[in-house]
Amino acid sequence: MPEFDLAAAAVQAALDAGARYADARVVQRRYESMSAHDGDVEDVTQNNSAGLGVRALVGSSWGFFALPKLSIAAARQAGARSTEIAKASATVPGPPLDLLPVEVRQASWANACEIDPLSVSLSEKGDLLVGLTATMREHGADVAQASYDIWDTRKWFVSSEGHRIDQHLRECGAGMNATAVGESETQRRSYPGIRGQFGTAGWELIHQLDLPGNAVRVAEEARALLTAPHCPAGETDVILGSEQMALQIHESVGHAVELDRILGWEAAFAGTSWLDLAQLGSLKFGSELMTITADPTLPGALGSFGYDDEGTPAGAVDIVRDGIWVGVLAGRDSASIAGLPYAGAVRADGYNRLPMVRMTNVGLLPGEHSLDELIAATDDGVHMDTNRSWSIDDRRLNFQFGCEIGWEIKNGKRGRMLRNPTYTGISPRFWGSMDMLGNDLTYWGTPNCGKGQPGQIGHTGHPAVPARFRGIRVGVTG
Amino acid sequence: MSHAEHVLDLVKQSGAEAEVTVSTGTLSLTRFANSFIHQNVADSGETVRLRLHVDGRTAASSTTAATPDGLKDLVDRTLAAARLRPADTGWAGLTPPTEPTGAGNHDPATADASPADRAAVVRAFVDAAGGLETAGYCRTADTVTTYANSAGHTLTGRSTLAAADGIARTGTSDGVARAASVRLADLDGAALGARAAAKARTGADPGDLEPGRYPVVLEPTAVADLLPSLGMIGFNARAVAEGRSFVKLGELQFDPAITLVDDPLAAAAAGVPFDAEGTPKRPLELVRDGITSAVAHDRRTARLLDATTTGHAVPGGERFGALPQHPTLRPGTGTDLVAGLDRGLLVTDFWYTRVLDPRTQVVTGLTRNGVWLVEGGEIVRPVRNLRFTQSYLDALAPGNVLAVGADAAQVPDSWLSGTIIAPALHLASWNFTGGAAG
Repeated sequence: MPEFDLAAAAVQAALDAGARYADARVVQRRYESMSAHDGDVEDVTQNNSAGLGVRALVGSSWGFFALPKLSIAAARQAGARSTEIAKASATVPGPPLDLLPVEVRQASWANACEIDPLSVSLSEKGDLLVGLTATMREHGADVAQASYDIWDTRKWFVSSEGHRIDQHLRECGAGMNATAVGESETQRRSYPGIRGQFGTAGWELIHQLDLPGNAVRVAEEARALLTAPHCPAGETDVILGSEQMALQIHESVGHAVELDRILGWEAAFAGTSWLDLAQLGSLKFGSELMTITADPTLPGALGSFGYDDEGTPAGAVDIVRDGIWVGVLAGRDSASIAGLPYAGAVRADGYNRLPMVRMTNVGLLPGEHSLDELIAATDDGVHMDTNRSWSIDDRRLNFQFGCEIGWEIKNGKRGRMLRNPTYTGISPRFWGSMDMLGNDLTYWGTPNCGKGQPGQIGHTGHPAVPARFRGIRVGVTG
Repeated sequence: MSHAEHVLDLVKQSGAEAEVTVSTGTLSLTRFANSFIHQNVADSGETVRLRLHVDGRTAASSTTAATPDGLKDLVDRTLAAARLRPADTGWAGLTPPTEPTGAGNHDPATADASPADRAAVVRAFVDAAGGLETAGYCRTADTVTTYANSAGHTLTGRSTLAAADGIARTGTSDGVARAASVRLADLDGAALGARAAAKARTGADPGDLEPGRYPVVLEPTAVADLLPSLGMIGFNARAVAEGRSFVKLGELQFDPAITLVDDPLAAAAAGVPFDAEGTPKRPLELVRDGITSAVAHDRRTARLLDATTTGHAVPGGERFGALPQHPTLRPGTGTDLVAGLDRGLLVTDFWYTRVLDPRTQVVTGLTRNGVWLVEGGEIVRPVRNLRFTQSYLDALAPGNVLAVGADAAQVPDSWLSGTIIAPALHLASWNFTGGAAG
């Protein structure tokens, strides 16, 4: 295939220029998005990108160069430039570096997709979004929005070790939100989640979401929130719905177990981690109910793939087992430095970004209880769901999250609606307070995980269930 | 024939109104951590963006394939998308031929900077930190943008931007230094490394402090966090139209010491001097002496609100409106703001700040890279990072700004490619809602 030939030419040019290892990715991506607002389509965008990114290793120093020209001559130029950049890196060198050995593969992979989302007509998609926003406006929303996003990505990966892997990922998702404007504040309700719901799937995912069946409810809830009582301040039991639980996992577990953060590679920007590798296998991260895995093989989840962007086959890794921290998200270089035997969590945002450690599908294994059982077992607490705001410190330890909606729980029953619910905590203490785990599992997709410099947007998945946490500080206000 | 002209020529037969933006450039970024360069990247290329309006319908597309086949595909699929979508009732037409306001701030040496040039800045930063562990980046960017539309309006601008941002670490504290300029030659890696190290050392072994309301002196790096939030959600005409903004034009919403300008034509400004709709940029005074005086418009919001575009259109702005991208808080007369702090906190940076409610601008976030307790105008001791939940509007409200620093610093925006210019501020109160222990 010509794409493999381009990548191979780039790799060979990098080696010819002095690299001891090189890999290259040719990436073609089609992106389509539509947004509707108050009964009208406000934006239709289709972006196509195609190009080549080359990574070269000289000594212990990396270089990366990318360009959108797809010719053998341009590929060779890119390969040579990547080695030139690596040589500049070597003027401020780090310790000796080896790459974790992986089995060399020549393979193809594609995710399941029943209905190609790009084959669905724009008029059908537009009718769906316009109808949703019109319905929300009719039922109390002052501002109504709905949107979908589609990514169709083909990748060809070649390494100087002999990898030749092509993949075809089709991802999509959609969502809607209603905003009610009051005298001094706004209230918002979203469905299915703050940004919608996303997966490695075709348009069948959108059908499964039943967006029309929820438009009236979210509009009415947004309006009702304007006059709902404030979430009280104090310590109480909190039941998180699964959408908010996905955010909790993403921010306080997923980022904390990224090995590049633990090693200090993100210290100046995204930050480090409170986790110390010396405690891997012994540190108590949470209660015994807490078992978290990173599994990029889950069908349909947004963080799924066949091979990561270093050619490592997708495989599940235990992150927390029965409350004990046991695993990390790693790449071939970081795993080697840390002395760990697994990698497979390195991906890049398009052809022109450097592959780096990213979450796959980092999620919580389910428990035994229904949401109703969690509520029935709670004398006094707040049930919160749908993320509205998120903030966490640079060590992923001290967080404060806000939700769109809360409900008071008294004597085992869910009562009145509460507005502006927030909760705050310290990660291991918070996870240690989890004493009931739900069984209603959803693979939530996060399509906007920012990391790196230059900035990269990652797609991650988060299997999540509702859960109860004891003695949590809630209702922090400005 | 340029790529922009080629695309307009291809569109001509359709009768569509069309605008084309061709952006060419190179972004290079050298990153270091644990005192060595661990990531070093560059990408070079061209993106062609087409937006067209035909038969009352609008669509936009882009491509990185600037070949004859690629450009034809761009035109064909954008036309197809426009014809299939519902009518666009908010279309405000194309920008007519308009005189440019500038050509952009461009430094050829920065455009040509090599990986070795950036590595030299890093080397100097690392060496000046005196053995402390360091991390950060040095980046250079060179962009040429051409805008052309079927109404006969054409503009070209070119800009460069260099930035360096790094921390030094003692094991119990981090100190930061950052700077941005049109010219890489203006960035002194050694001075930045020495400053970061000095701050880290004075912040070492911090102690806890009870959360609560404290007067604060915010360094320019912390003030820089306030301005984008106010701009994106507040001084955004679309947010105003939808009732989501705090803005009340003509009212004293800020302390009289506050004058906030979006200044895209300053000698230090990054980016090209026209917006995504080809409107030449001009300075826009958002707040004058505390009185809210303007909001940012693109053509769509200007039509909606019977106003004039202010040249703040951004790609994709159909969804979220127009954005001020060159926020500049005018300096005051304060020379030593800490000396005026009887008991309070000196804050270097804010981190991971998120808006809880756009109308009230209540934001939660944390301090980072150094906090010190000040008593009697003197720094007493370093303090562990604190969480805050604070209305940015209240913090800057009339009577709450006690002093504005005389010197403004230009700092790189963390996420975007631009810069923010801000002085230090002495504020009457900041609501710290949690300490390191939660």
